[in-house]
Amino acid sequence: MTAAIVLGQQAPARRRPHSWTLILGLVLVGAVAATALLSLVWLPYPPDDTTGGRLEEPSWQHLLGTDKLGRDLATQVMIGARIALTVGLGSVLVGALIGITIGLLAAFATPWLDDTISAGLDVVIAFPVLLLAMLIVAAQGASLLSVMVAIGLAMSAVVARLTRVLTKRVLGEQYVTAARTSGTRWPGIVARHIMPNIWPTLSVNLALQFGVAVLAEASLSYLGLGAPPPNASWGRLLQEAQGTFVTAPVGAIAPGLALIALVLGVNFVADGLRDIADPARRRSR
Amino acid sequence: MSLLAVSALTVRTAEGRAIVDDLAFDLAAGGRLGIIGESGSGKSVTSLAVTGLLPPALTVEGSVLLDGVQIVGAPERRLVGMRGRVASVVFQEPLTALDPLMRIGRQVAEPIARHRGLRGADLRGAVADALAEVALDDPRITRAYPHEISGGQRQRAAIAIALASRPRLLIADEPTTALDVTVQAQILRLLDDLVEARGMALLFISHDLAVVSAMTSDVVVMRAGVAVERGTVAGMLAAPTDPYTAELVRSARSLDDRLGRR
Repeated sequence: MTAAIVLGQQAPARRRPHSWTLILGLVLVGAVAATALLSLVWLPYPPDDTTGGRLEEPSWQHLLGTDKLGRDLATQVMIGARIALTVGLGSVLVGALIGITIGLLAAFATPWLDDTISAGLDVVIAFPVLLLAMLIVAAQGASLLSVMVAIGLAMSAVVARLTRVLTKRVLGEQYVTAARTSGTRWPGIVARHIMPNIWPTLSVNLALQFGVAVLAEASLSYLGLGAPPPNASWGRLLQEAQGTFVTAPVGAIAPGLALIALVLGVNFVADGLRDIADPARRRSR
Repeated sequence: MSLLAVSALTVRTAEGRAIVDDLAFDLAAGGRLGIIGESGSGKSVTSLAVTGLLPPALTVEGSVLLDGVQIVGAPERRLVGMRGRVASVVFQEPLTALDPLMRIGRQVAEPIARHRGLRGADLRGAVADALAEVALDDPRITRAYPHEISGGQRQRAAIAIALASRPRLLIADEPTTALDVTVQAQILRLLDDLVEARGMALLFISHDLAVVSAMTSDVVVMRAGVAVERGTVAGMLAAPTDPYTAELVRSARSLDDRLGRR
């Protein structure tokens, strides 16, 4: 009897058709990631090779032309992909670690402490991520690490607030009470019930934050607060190509398109991830 | 000595309203007791108070002695050791009492691993046994998520989880209310058999006089947080002393009559 019921219940649990946004997102992010990986082992020219003519048109020698110092632009864009991904991942890692910790603390805290943390988070969130990151970079000095820490810290408030709300919702669920009645300790409840249940929403947000971090890094570099040379960030390429945009537009268009591809791709992936991470949602499609 | 001794238990909201007012009852090891009451009568709050799981906003006074240990005001550290081992709870709505993102097998495995220290193949075997005990011995159920199985199967899984830690007291808080009537009867029979076979004590909470009388003969009737009557179901049916119990009996009778006439 039970078997029959199970058969009837499980039949519809087929894989739903693939999500096109997820595939498109993975293709875009994958292309950038592949470029970044390739740049580790092979570059068309050494990054500081200025033997090309200045501001050359795209050609077979220089696929994207050269910049005003005669450096190969394709080489610079490839290195930029590496920097964008490194900063994106690093920032999200910093932001997630700090944000999730603070968010969990607030969710478990006494009402008074919870209110205090929440008020603090609201103040931090009121500042734009870029402005906060600029303050931190200005205080610490510009380096790849300080850029990651700065953007990560700035985004951690948003992650913390989301974690707090999600955790509180899960804490109110009966399965947490049920787990506690069977003697599960708090660390076990956090690891086995809270984290898996807030992760679908949280991971989508972290993926979106990755896009924000990539943009923030490009903006910082554009303003001269990013990783110093020889790190060729897309933001700095944009800034350098700005003066010669009319005569050599490729210099601005190439890093700009790369930036758009990565940020759009990450957002598409975030959309697709949401459906995958949640079996209940998977069923409903 | 009784396994569970509740005396002068009072639970208040932050505003000072008493949800449970001066409640007292005793439950011997291996004994059974029913608590009957309408929603809002304080039944479920009582079951949470017994396991020390009341939300912090509620204040508790009085005494709850579980296996000789005072639960009221006890530190979380001491309570964690008793939950599951001494007392387990089966809740009303199995869909919300099971973690939606964890496979049934893992949810059953967890208390077994924690309380009996089993790992690997031993643990898998114990999980299969625990599920077989509640007539869910199908490997597909072990791998299923809660939303993939039926309500009755979910409640069976919840019972397996509650019993996995080998408790001496099972608290069943409206365990069949969310189920179809036919499934309800199966679950009641299953609970009855398991409690009998293991010699567990049973605290059975329900709004339904007929359901309670199927499980136990001793009952406490609660209304608005107060125990208005206590005694055997038979005595209550014959001669209810409290007007509320009389009303309860009358409505149960009239339902029976209407069902009988069909």
